[in-house]
Amino acid sequence: MKPFEYLEPQSIEEALLLLEQFKGEAKILAGGTDLLVQMKQQKTSPKYLIDVKNIPGLNSIEFSEERGLDIGSLTTIADLEESPTVRDRYPILYAAGKELGTQQVRNIATVGGNLCNASPAAETAPALIALGASAKIVSRSKEKVVKLEDFFTGPGETVLKTGELLVQIHIPNVAPNSKGVYFKHAFRRKLETAIVGVAVLASFNGKGKSLKDLRIVLGAVAPTPKRAIRAEELAKGNRVDGNLLEKVAVVASEESDPITDVRATAEYRREMVKVFVKRGLNEIVDH
Amino acid sequence: MKHQIRLNVNGADYDLLVEPRKTLLDVIRNDLGLIGTKKGCNTGECGACTVIMDGKAVNACLVLAVQVKEKKIMTIEGLAESEKLHPLQEAFIHHGAIQCGYCTPGMIMSAKALLDKKPNPEEGEIKEAIAGNLCRCTGYLSIIEAIKSVAKTERSV
Repeated sequence: MKPFEYLEPQSIEEALLLLEQFKGEAKILAGGTDLLVQMKQQKTSPKYLIDVKNIPGLNSIEFSEERGLDIGSLTTIADLEESPTVRDRYPILYAAGKELGTQQVRNIATVGGNLCNASPAAETAPALIALGASAKIVSRSKEKVVKLEDFFTGPGETVLKTGELLVQIHIPNVAPNSKGVYFKHAFRRKLETAIVGVAVLASFNGKGKSLKDLRIVLGAVAPTPKRAIRAEELAKGNRVDGNLLEKVAVVASEESDPITDVRATAEYRREMVKVFVKRGLNEIVDH
Repeated sequence: MKHQIRLNVNGADYDLLVEPRKTLLDVIRNDLGLIGTKKGCNTGECGACTVIMDGKAVNACLVLAVQVKEKKIMTIEGLAESEKLHPLQEAFIHHGAIQCGYCTPGMIMSAKALLDKKPNPEEGEIKEAIAGNLCRCTGYLSIIEAIKSVAKTERSV
């Protein structure tokens, strides 16, 4: 690791001031489980490291029936996992958190860090996008809310501009009669980067089981986590049967845009999108 | 610029002047001389450097020493009470859960963090807790048995 100055703001205002002062030369340190590894490998060597962990109020999980769930950006993945609200009301987020790294990593890695690191395979992203989450971003001059599906712009890249800080993730209340699953496909069961991640969240029109709303979000098969919007549209309003499942899975696969890398080929990934979208829908309908 | 920090490791306070880029792992091993905590991959994958920070297992290689302040750190050296080994240490010996020994301190710290939180874990929970600790001798079964035996002992007490 190259030398750097370590700064520890005690408030959001102070952090934003430092971000503005050091412009492109500073990086935000949250959990550090991605950033410190990148710094050790000298993939990035910031001159200033702004540790935001001491800022109070950014690590809370708050739920209300009216508003839904608010997650502070510094909430650890372990805190998510251990929250009964997350487990009971947002099971796909719980499942995604469980899949992230190891216990040691989950104990310090943060939700905000997982999102801002912007890996195409970021574990929490497909579930959060499926849940309709949005990101609250602050800078010295303004505060804005960005839908999480519009948050990522490329591998390692987000809409965050210099001087901006992600402070909170908001998830609306889940519609009644809805079910979701998250699948991570990887060769090992733990400590592995996803080859394909698939989150499926659906709500149904009463007992007739026609789909009212459907979200299919793919991870690790495009430059960013990605909604398979055409596949969603194809399914909406219909009853889910084998024929439809097949079509939806094929379209979702066409919407993916994977690369070949050390973990898998693009062709394999496209096939696996089909398999896991189908499996996801099947599981939701069978319940 | 170096930072003045106070670390609390195994109940003792240490006042140190450290460079920000120094990890908790390097401080524990090189400045405090507590070399029970091992350095394997240094990128948070092998778990050999696992220590307990405020009750939670963490990779000491992924924590900067300057971040630690006011948190309590426990390393493998903090387990035994004078001459008496911790039940987990006894169990690892008894079950032959040690081959080359390199993963052992990390394994035991992960197991301790689990048992402190959940004294009677299911086997699946034990596996989950040590999923971030790689044993290249592949002695996992004995390790799991050793941890289970301590869970049982504590259950009967």
